[in-house]
Amino acid sequence: MEWANAIIQGILLGGLYGLFAAGLSLIFGVMRLVNIAHGDLIVLAAYLALVATQTLGLDPLASLLIVVPAMALIGYALQRLLLNRTLGDDLLPPLLVTFGLSIIIQNGLLEIFSADSRRLQAGALETAALPLAGLSIGLLPLLQFGVAVAAIAGLQLLSWRTPLGRAFRATADDPEVARLMGLDNRHVFALAMALSLAIVALAGVFLALRTNFDPAIGPARLIFGFEAVIIGGLGSLWGTLAGGILLGVAQSIGAQIDPGWQILAGHLLFLAVLAIRPQGLFPRLAA
Amino acid sequence: MPDLLELRGLDAFYGDFQALFGIAAAVPAGRVAAIIGANGAGKSTLLKTVAGLIQAPRRDAVLFDGEPIGGLPAHELVARGIALVPEGRRLFPSLSVEENLLIGGRVRRPGPWSLEAIYSLFPVLAERRHVPGPALSGGQQQMVAIGRALMSNPRLLLCDEISLGLAPVVVRDIYARLPGLTAQGMALVIVEQDVSQALAAADRVFCLREGRVVLEGPATSVTREAVASAYFGV
Repeated sequence: MEWANAIIQGILLGGLYGLFAAGLSLIFGVMRLVNIAHGDLIVLAAYLALVATQTLGLDPLASLLIVVPAMALIGYALQRLLLNRTLGDDLLPPLLVTFGLSIIIQNGLLEIFSADSRRLQAGALETAALPLAGLSIGLLPLLQFGVAVAAIAGLQLLSWRTPLGRAFRATADDPEVARLMGLDNRHVFALAMALSLAIVALAGVFLALRTNFDPAIGPARLIFGFEAVIIGGLGSLWGTLAGGILLGVAQSIGAQIDPGWQILAGHLLFLAVLAIRPQGLFPRLAA
Repeated sequence: MPDLLELRGLDAFYGDFQALFGIAAAVPAGRVAAIIGANGAGKSTLLKTVAGLIQAPRRDAVLFDGEPIGGLPAHELVARGIALVPEGRRLFPSLSVEENLLIGGRVRRPGPWSLEAIYSLFPVLAERRHVPGPALSGGQQQMVAIGRALMSNPRLLLCDEISLGLAPVVVRDIYARLPGLTAQGMALVIVEQDVSQALAAADRVFCLREGRVVLEGPATSVTREAVASAYFGV
């Protein structure tokens, strides 16, 4: 029964990793930008939620109404003012600039909020649980998983069923010809970053409800996001969610064997996938 | 008829390398101009500069319907009515045929072209509308590329090497449809390697060599000998 519980907890945790990964994967897909600051932006969203709950007295979930648009706005501005200037044939400049951004965000948060560990309080929701076949499933992890699935389904619909998604795919395919269709690449990229950071906002709030956070935990979230993308296979959103879930389950099983093995087990799964199936488990089928 | 497109001393650069030198040319509405010349003469550069993919150094070096547009970005020029069919077709591989056409029409300029109009121009595309671009034959891909450009209801259509890599019968089929386009007042500039095809389709011919216009005249009065000597500079 303990094992069943560990696996279910791992699946629910995996939803969060899927959220970490979805924004990362969207940005890489649309503009070949590897956002090293992704994890720190998740932490930034968590702090924004903290400020919103403390100053406005909002419920953490209600704070999403502020944090999601705020992060989207930050994403749009960040792309227009900074990251668009780094894009080109070379992958290195955006890598270096987002690495620098990661350091700036961490130190900025440290300066403002100190290194103390924080947490968002969800009140009664934190302890609420559903009994299921002898197990007890936390309502909060369940909600977080549901939000992750809904966000990825929404992203999938947007990509394949809307003019904006078509613009994302066209710009990803051939940015020069996309300009001939009347698409301003700078604007399209900024919209993609806005969407990515809206997902980051969801991830940040649920992360902050789940665990303690401090300004230094961003890079590890980035790694989990990366691992989920690689395990799932590039270019497939559902694959990314599946990658997140497998990573979550691996970590959870590792922790069940020995609490010190939680992170290690995830990394081992990642390395195994990389060694045996480097294209990921569910890469997008070639057309 | 007034000139729809007028080039006045147009230069173009790739970094420090100058690719076009003081190009002067005019294309009236409803007419077809052909640009010919050897590889590297600057033909594609000329089309890309007019379309805004390469930035023209001076605003008044390109006049479109009397307005100076040199140096404006491509996405603004599409909205004004300039469309380019790029060399090598370059369909968006992750978009279906219909999505490729729809994205061509996203600027929503008013005009005769719609999905239905494209499908009646190229009926084979209607049957294959849900197929991804790369699954089509070369000729069908070229039809999508032309249709995608037409979807923006352009007043000026620039076509870069639309016969390249296609079977002669397919090329004839595509060229046979061009007169129908200009009948509605659209001007057409075609870059073409196949000189006889270019002379047959165009009203006026411009021959480029090393970034300069070395021969210009009505297609009917340009002789093959003149073209040959302009091509090679002998």
